[in-house]
Amino acid sequence: MTQKSPSLFDWKIAGPAIGGSFQKLNPRLMIKNPVMFVTMVGAVLTTAGIFTAHAERGFIAQLAVWLWFTVLFANFAEAIAEGRGKAQAESLRKARKETMARRLVNGREEKVPAPSLQKNDLVVCEAGDVIPADGDVVEGIASVDEAAITGESAPVIRESGGDRSAVTGGTRVISDRIVVRITMDKGQGFLDRMIALVEGAQRQKTPNEIALTILLSALTLIFLLVCITLKPFGIYSAAEFSIPVLIALLVCLIPTTIGGLLSAIGIAGMDRVLQRNVLAMSGRAVEAAGDVDVLLLDKTGTITLGNRMATAFIPAPGVAPERLADAAQLASLADETPEGRSIVVLAKEKFNLRARDVTQVQGQFVPFTAQTRMSGVDFPGRSIRKGAAEAIRIHADKLGGAFPTAISQAVDEISSSGGTPLVVAEGKEILGVIHLKDVVKGGIKERFAHLRKMGIRTVMITGDNPLTAAAIAAEAGVDDFMAQATPEQKLQRIREEQAAGHLVAMTGDGTNDAPALAQADVGVAMNTGTQAAREAGNMVDLDSNPTKLIDIVEIGKQMLITRGALTTFSIANDIAKYFAIIPAMLMATFPAISPLNIMSLHSPTSAILSAIIFNALIIIALIPLALRGVKYTPIGALATLQRNLLIYGLGGVIIPFIGIKAIDIAITTLKLV
Amino acid sequence: MHSTDWLQLAVFIGALVLITKPMGLYLGQVLDVKGRTWFDFLFKPLERLTYRLMGVDSEKEHDWKQYTFAMLMFSLVSCVFTYAVLRLQNHLPLNPQGFGPVSPDLAFNTAVSFTTNTNWQSYSGESTMSYLSQMVALVIHNFASAAVGIAIAAAIVRAIARHSGKTIGNFWVDLVRTTYYLLLPICVVFAVVLVSQGMIQNFKPYTKAKLTEPYTTQVPKLDDKGQAVMTNVVVTTQSAKLDAQGKPVLTNGVAVMVDVPTLDAKGQPVMTNVAVMVDQKIEEQTIVQGPMASQVAIKMLGTNGGGYANANAAFPFENPTPLSNFLQMLSIFSIGSGLTYYLGRMVKNQSHGWSVWTCMMVMFLGGVLLCWWAESKGNPIHQNLGVAVADGNMEGKEVRFGIFNSALFATVTTDASCGAVNSMHDSFTALGGFVPLFNIQLGEIIIGGVGAGLYGMLVFVVLAVFIAGLMVGRTPEYLGKKIQSFEIKMAMLAMLILAIDILGFAAWAAVSDWGKAGLNNAGPHGLSEMLYAFTSATGNNGSAFAGLSANTPWYNTTLAISMLIGRFLMIVPIMAMAGSLVRKKIAPPSVGTFPVSGGTFVILLLGTVLLVGALNFLPALALGPVVEHFLTLQGKLF
Repeated sequence: MTQKSPSLFDWKIAGPAIGGSFQKLNPRLMIKNPVMFVTMVGAVLTTAGIFTAHAERGFIAQLAVWLWFTVLFANFAEAIAEGRGKAQAESLRKARKETMARRLVNGREEKVPAPSLQKNDLVVCEAGDVIPADGDVVEGIASVDEAAITGESAPVIRESGGDRSAVTGGTRVISDRIVVRITMDKGQGFLDRMIALVEGAQRQKTPNEIALTILLSALTLIFLLVCITLKPFGIYSAAEFSIPVLIALLVCLIPTTIGGLLSAIGIAGMDRVLQRNVLAMSGRAVEAAGDVDVLLLDKTGTITLGNRMATAFIPAPGVAPERLADAAQLASLADETPEGRSIVVLAKEKFNLRARDVTQVQGQFVPFTAQTRMSGVDFPGRSIRKGAAEAIRIHADKLGGAFPTAISQAVDEISSSGGTPLVVAEGKEILGVIHLKDVVKGGIKERFAHLRKMGIRTVMITGDNPLTAAAIAAEAGVDDFMAQATPEQKLQRIREEQAAGHLVAMTGDGTNDAPALAQADVGVAMNTGTQAAREAGNMVDLDSNPTKLIDIVEIGKQMLITRGALTTFSIANDIAKYFAIIPAMLMATFPAISPLNIMSLHSPTSAILSAIIFNALIIIALIPLALRGVKYTPIGALATLQRNLLIYGLGGVIIPFIGIKAIDIAITTLKLV
Repeated sequence: MHSTDWLQLAVFIGALVLITKPMGLYLGQVLDVKGRTWFDFLFKPLERLTYRLMGVDSEKEHDWKQYTFAMLMFSLVSCVFTYAVLRLQNHLPLNPQGFGPVSPDLAFNTAVSFTTNTNWQSYSGESTMSYLSQMVALVIHNFASAAVGIAIAAAIVRAIARHSGKTIGNFWVDLVRTTYYLLLPICVVFAVVLVSQGMIQNFKPYTKAKLTEPYTTQVPKLDDKGQAVMTNVVVTTQSAKLDAQGKPVLTNGVAVMVDVPTLDAKGQPVMTNVAVMVDQKIEEQTIVQGPMASQVAIKMLGTNGGGYANANAAFPFENPTPLSNFLQMLSIFSIGSGLTYYLGRMVKNQSHGWSVWTCMMVMFLGGVLLCWWAESKGNPIHQNLGVAVADGNMEGKEVRFGIFNSALFATVTTDASCGAVNSMHDSFTALGGFVPLFNIQLGEIIIGGVGAGLYGMLVFVVLAVFIAGLMVGRTPEYLGKKIQSFEIKMAMLAMLILAIDILGFAAWAAVSDWGKAGLNNAGPHGLSEMLYAFTSATGNNGSAFAGLSANTPWYNTTLAISMLIGRFLMIVPIMAMAGSLVRKKIAPPSVGTFPVSGGTFVILLLGTVLLVGALNFLPALALGPVVEHFLTLQGKLF
């Protein structure tokens, strides 16, 4: 489902959006956006003014048209953002075609439509069945094709108990049989919530959006007051300002640019989250992600590949490395653990020793037992063992062999570097040591460096001892680590960070992560994780890629930056609009102020009209930016602020001067005024 | 714009920089209940006694509601007290001139005016107020209203500096300590210095002096009942004299103006009632006496501005020498400037304090330079009448101070909410007069009134931080505290109240008979006068475009309401914001948080003040000083 974002003005989306812009004129919907509501009231009054005015009807009519356009453009921005979300949601919805579920009632199966399922119902799914709703596997094991939601074609294993028990509605079982307990009522599942979010239907304003709406509403009120009091000031000055002109001034001054694009920014942000294959429970969670400054990650599967791998052979003095590798490989042929396989592979890579077929080797394999803590192989006249240093020492002692001090040293060195030493012996002779270590995922260090630049501190959580943890932490480049961590300690750590004023994100997958995921400000559960973990978090990563959080943080930041930038731009625009409209309003009574008309606009009516047209068109011009978001690069807060102040602050001062002048020339040439 | 003036400007700013840190450090001691000052030996027993008499537990702190309530109660009681004294002054001692009771509306206006640290004076002190009224009823407010402002600022700074708490200090402790340890000692020293410069301090009755050059003036003719005699005359306006071809007649490129009768719709001349004027020969002058130095010291230091005499700091006894003039200006800024240092120290980010100070200074310099330039350039109409261009606009200015010191004083007094004047702002050129008006409309946040300037500026800081915080992609934080919808609501409420109070009242006055009745000048200048009056009242400044005759029941009442709103309705939302801030946790800074110091922050704050704070007033200003400026260039007078 890695979707491409649809092109900005795709007709399939833009067409319905045009219709939507008109539907949204419903005052009950408009009132939710005070800035645009005031604009619409202004448009209504100006339209009425066409009929009541005694002169300049053409001018007033044009004003009215552009005021309506301003409102419609803002509605269009919202409609198109919703339309894109709907397109996104459509593909999600396809995954949940109405299916029949096989509900288990008192041990008997019955066919019921999937929507009628309720929480805690048990359903049976066999190969070929579509899982009807989100749930937990309570019985059995099955491979499940989750391509419908993750886009990943390889099937995944889902089994009862353990950390891989969660299944998502809409995915398909391709082998075996499982019994699933439904954990969500219809319409409450992750997909349902996400669909509602991207469609904008259930979108609730995020905290920063609410604060910004208050700011914009207050500015609107202030400018309303400014324009209302201008009427008496005008009467005093014998400069009668007509209502349409005052409305034009008002609409130019109130922050219509950001007011019109505000909800589109939020909806588009959620849409981008979904494009990254993350299901977020709320816009609030995404916004909070932008604020995160501490990230807690599980080591296993996140930072390291999850298994220890052989990385070096260290031969004892007087032993040829090839001999050690050969013995190690032979001893590991029958060892099916990842560590064992990695030894075979390493021997092949380093000394070109081909792995011999286990069946062809005439040997007796000795499996690992908890008592001996060794494994190996016995040939006639040849006995090879590998195991923990202590176990091999005892083994060699019994046979009368010596344990070289060089080997003891090598063992200590490997241990202190966080690795695991495996000593190999042939008979009573110690051949050398195999260095096993946790292998850090490729590219992870760069990801953490990126996070650091964004101002996020990473903390690795692991059950390893502190020594091992420190070594891996250093290699992976995390800022801090927590060794031998229990679920309680994880929770405690999060609380401590929060008490110190940090916002904490946590990624996790296991049931024992659930409390920590719930406590964290942003909890990202892996899609492969348990239902408990997915419930506790406020986001689910369908790709189960823990560093995905970087993308989410960026989207969260982008949403805020876009709002801030457009607010700044909107307010900065007022300067040019004043220079267009105020001289135009005063010119008739006080011709002396003509030097104030610094743009040398053609006439008072052309000046006012140009400002209003600019005000409307800038909304359309900025829709792509609102949908795409202002680019975020982690260059530090000060540099970001400087850049955005320059572009949107200074740019916001200058651009309207150019724009209004250009429009003035255009409408004068077209003889519209 | 002489080099000596530049030098003086540099010395003024230099001196301000020098006193800012010591004042800030001293404020830190004064505003800490456990702080130590040099005056402990003197005032500690008195402080303890005061607490005991008032029943105040100095250890117990207030939350924002208790703090605000205590402040409001204190202001109410002291306001009523002053009203009572003014109404009863004829029955009270220390009234050698035998002044009668102050009229109800004037007493209300004056009591409110002094309680709100405005010191708008609809009266002439020397011809209305007894010594007791001046010294007790008014001067206590000069101390108390200043102390209240500083206390509120301290409470807000504490709210920012503390975290996860509830209380923001004890109002009574802040009030008492500020008065005893800060205002009283400095005023005593300052008053002595002023006396050394020739300022008077006595209880003598006014003296009369024979004029060496008697002169004749015009006064309204009164009938036997003491009412002015009125007559009906044709209303005229000035317009350009036209020659036979209908072209304006020019002299030196400026149109010659003639009086033209104003005609109504029917073509009939419009008539109006004016007072009949008669000549009066003036041969002697009354010279004001009284305890001036003590009042002037606190008038400046506490940014009160209420003059002892009507001429305020232009009056020789109230401002005898260039040094006294300089020290008075410096003292207006001293506490406000020190408070920015106090802010930096309390929040443990000294460069933040200095950045706020720098932003204020940039706006101060902008104002001074514009005003000074406009006044130096003078009035083209004067110049056509033969006034030397080099003299600039000396109308309404005290020759002892000249252009620069008048412009500097006007800027300082309106940057801060002082309102003391050493020249007539009404007589400034349109642009010169625009500066004081604009300064007050910004909310007097350029250093500002004692305390009020800082808390006003902090509202802008919160707004600036909010917008900038969004622009860096983080929930906005101010010094580690999240700025959320409640803070924005309160900050914008304060902005809204400021705009409603100024524009609402001025617009009402502009279209009502009571409003226009007080005007001395017609046209845009008249609008500026009304706008200035309500701006000054709302901003608790107290200076006036003196052309307005504001001592009428309507003006006295509306201005008093405007002052009350401008003071207390501003403080309440700001205190509510403090109450919310003090409860917040402080997030440690990271690379994701932008610094609230340095050049970018100063520019950001400047932009916010100018865009969010000033844009609201531009249309009204355009109709007032801006139009007047362009009309003056064309030779029109009002």
